[in-house]
Amino acid sequence: MLGEKGLLVERYEQFLSAYLSGRTEQALYKAQQFSRKMIEQNISPEEVINIHYTVLESLNGDIPEQVKDSFDFLIEVMMGYGMAYREHQILRDKQLALESEIEVAASMQQTLLQGEVPTVDALEIGVISKAAKKMSGDYYHFVQNSPDSISVAVADVIGKGVPAALCMSMIKYAMDSLPEQQNHPSIVLENLNRVVEQNVDPTMFITMFYGHYNTDLHRFFYAGAGHEPGFYYNALTDGFEEFTAKGLVLGVSRNTKYKQYEKKIEVGDMIIMLSDGVTECRTSSGFISRDEVVYLIRSHMHLSPQEIVDNVYAELEQLQEFELRDDFTLIILKRTV
Amino acid sequence: MAIQSCVDVRNEWDIVSARQLGRDLAKDLGFSSVDQARITTAISELARNIYLYAGNGRICIEPIEEGNRRGLRIIANDTGPGIQDIRKVMEDGYTTSGGLGAGLPGVKRLMDEFAIHSTVDVGTEIHITKWLR
Repeated sequence: MLGEKGLLVERYEQFLSAYLSGRTEQALYKAQQFSRKMIEQNISPEEVINIHYTVLESLNGDIPEQVKDSFDFLIEVMMGYGMAYREHQILRDKQLALESEIEVAASMQQTLLQGEVPTVDALEIGVISKAAKKMSGDYYHFVQNSPDSISVAVADVIGKGVPAALCMSMIKYAMDSLPEQQNHPSIVLENLNRVVEQNVDPTMFITMFYGHYNTDLHRFFYAGAGHEPGFYYNALTDGFEEFTAKGLVLGVSRNTKYKQYEKKIEVGDMIIMLSDGVTECRTSSGFISRDEVVYLIRSHMHLSPQEIVDNVYAELEQLQEFELRDDFTLIILKRTV
Repeated sequence: MAIQSCVDVRNEWDIVSARQLGRDLAKDLGFSSVDQARITTAISELARNIYLYAGNGRICIEPIEEGNRRGLRIIANDTGPGIQDIRKVMEDGYTTSGGLGAGLPGVKRLMDEFAIHSTVDVGTEIHITKWLR
């Protein structure tokens, strides 16, 4: 350590005397490069001044007393900078450590939450889900319980980031533990509501839309817990309808009951489910409206559901200047046969 | 063991006296001017904490010897409110006075050794040491 520092002083002396004799830009460039070297070796600002003084003294023996003393003053002034600099370095290391921790957590979340999208006869499915921060508070989940039916859940934790993501992981396990009821959206929500009410901080709420599609009957059964309403596209009338499913947000009151709705789905019809990150995209001219989302979907409707959701996302991302403010989830089910 | 020299800290002028005492002893022991500045800055910070948070306390400084190395030990004592959560005040980026880079972690980094004992409603004692290189 001392040897390295001695070496540093020696190099500093070389560079400084080179500069003092020629005053060239090249020598100054050397100084700039050397400062990086000193930062690498954790030389603090006050130490640099001391090195400078030491070297100056050895190059020119008779420094006036006043100049000598002024260096003590300068060192004292630099102490605050030195302390701030050391703190900055430590905080920077801490931040890197935190970031990589969150990175790990985020990839764990990805593998935990985002199950496969099933392939079902007669249905085409498009899914996109993007986190605003590293971790998402949105959640979607498909279950294929039998060859002729699938269930789908879309949920949103009020809040973003790590706390929301932790909460979401709990929901995932709660759902895995209710396999028998997966065909009954209202019962699923009632059970989840109890889990959330008992286990989650009262300031945290979860909205959910839960649907069950029976491909034999082509009926869609669904229930909602305070979730952003989706849309239903009626191919016959070529019109979009609000897909409202009224119900209290999960976790508010223990014995909440949820109403179950059902809808007959015809060939060409689409079921559109989303999180409020889609309808609450904020652009320079304010929130976009639900009509604009419908308009975007309509303009890509000739494409496959996956292409529709990808395109809608791409356009909304552009509108928001690539700055996602809330987690974004958009799912489309389309009956093809 | 050499005799301790102490300064009572009640107002801002006492901070300067504590610094002066530390600087004189550090100079006598042969510390470099950068180390002198580090020691006095550390004393400043501790004395300032006493003045700001405890209102009343004392800084004692003593030259020490251990084996064949010599150094300076500073002991800051107060009968203030004490520190609730020491881990928190030792955390970087945590400061109640909005200072930049200072605080106890900053003091710790300036010195070679650092020890703190604090009891709520009784007071705080901090020992710091710098060894001569």
